Amino acid sequence: MSGVTPPAAATRERRTWQRRSRGAALRAWLAFAAAAFVTAWSVSALDIEWAFFADAHAQAADLLGRMWPPRWAYLPQIVKPLVETIHIATLGTAIAVVFSLPVAFLAARNTTANRTTWLVGRGILVVSRSVNTVIWGLVFVAVFGPGPVAGICAVAARSVGFLAKLVAEAIEEVQVGQVEAIAATGARTSQVWTMAILPQVLPVLVGTAVYRWDINVRESSVLGFVGAGGIGLYLYASINQFAWQQVTVILIATSVIVLASEALSAFVRSRIS
Amino acid sequence: MFGGPWQRRTLLLIFAAYCVWSVRDLPIDYPRVWRGFGRAADMLARMWPPDFSRWQILGKGMLESIQMAIAASVAGALLCIPLALCAARNLAPTPLYLAARALIVVGRTFHEVIVAILFVKLFGFGAVAGMLTLAFSSAIFLAKMIAEDIENVRPGPVEAIRATGARFGQVVVFAIVPQVVVRALGVFIYRIDANLRHSTVIGIVGAGGIGQTLAASFTRYDYDFSAAILLCIAALVALGEWFSDWVRRRLR
Repeated sequence: MSGVTPPAAATRERRTWQRRSRGAALRAWLAFAAAAFVTAWSVSALDIEWAFFADAHAQAADLLGRMWPPRWAYLPQIVKPLVETIHIATLGTAIAVVFSLPVAFLAARNTTANRTTWLVGRGILVVSRSVNTVIWGLVFVAVFGPGPVAGICAVAARSVGFLAKLVAEAIEEVQVGQVEAIAATGARTSQVWTMAILPQVLPVLVGTAVYRWDINVRESSVLGFVGAGGIGLYLYASINQFAWQQVTVILIATSVIVLASEALSAFVRSRIS
Repeated sequence: MFGGPWQRRTLLLIFAAYCVWSVRDLPIDYPRVWRGFGRAADMLARMWPPDFSRWQILGKGMLESIQMAIAASVAGALLCIPLALCAARNLAPTPLYLAARALIVVGRTFHEVIVAILFVKLFGFGAVAGMLTLAFSSAIFLAKMIAEDIENVRPGPVEAIRATGARFGQVVVFAIVPQVVVRALGVFIYRIDANLRHSTVIGIVGAGGIGQTLAASFTRYDYDFSAAILLCIAALVALGEWFSDWVRRRLR
């Protein structure tokens, strides 16, 4: 019998509970410090004239005072450009749907022919998606001249990538059973695509297209700023003429059509799924 | 999906009729569009090779876009906190809730470029107007997402903290924030990426960043420089998306 051994717990040093281990805490602090540093650098580099903010509320109040009341007599003049805005969004989306299918089949790993075609498909996705609709508008106005055609092309160019990316993902996740069943009947590749894969991804395509359409209505509202048709042209002109009461009318009207298109799109999508 | 085949065919037919009508309704200058195809070939030829020789201007514009996006994301994150609290039905009194929701719903309908031009009129040309634009849009977007998360918090912790006699601020800090902070961080990171994308375009109306450089080069038919700018924008956007995906995957 040697002495009584003390219980293990008593020999261990007493530790207080900590949420993070020391390493994790250090990393969290480093991430926080880096974020703070980047923010400070960004804000300081913007050369903000803080004095401008001193009378900002007065300026804003002044602007709002000029904008009110809305000049409703202007409304009949903007009905046509508003309809044009919706046309641009719809036709652009429709064209994008047509082009997105081949691009999606190229960019999906299980339907593309080889590595080169896959890279081509992915390249189209990246280029289309990373250039904003308005910048596409700038490009197409230089090509087709000012007008709605440039706007339609801009909407289509941006939407192709958006639609094709999601459809390509759907193609990659398609159920193989149906594909194998169709292939087992001796179908050609094109028949497998149209009979087995297309029916499975069609709901995704339609749903995404309707969703993209309501984004496109919002995008088309500013395409006129670069001359690509729609209500934006009138907004830009009214702002440059300091016709602020007309600006209010246009802003309200734009808001209404964007909200209406969002509601319509949500309704249609609820019926699809 | 929309009933039987006949219903679907009718819908397709209506849509086709709409397309025909809309094309005829639009003021399209067909000869000009036809000439456009020749122009496109010409433009592509002049875009190649992209001209990176003025890389200082290019770099300055890109840097300004990035700084604008970061500063705006942080400003938007700060602004969104009160807005998100007001827009959560389970926290705010009804009049405040309705006002905040109305601001979010209406604010979201305005494209960044429209907001930008209004800020340009208020604060003059430059990155400050752009920063404020993106901050405004971010605050509204973040508030919408976070308010939804706040409405979906589990009520247990909230009631428990409240039962200890905590004030409103303490309930928010100890019961709400721990439940929403991770998702909010994810949304915030996504918003940085979105701001990066938008920062390249609002320059078109004079709100600073690379968009301003791009618009200027286009108006001067300086297409090889435009091509260089477009390539840089595409690279920046792709990089931003990759970064945001990477961070959000690590957050989960």
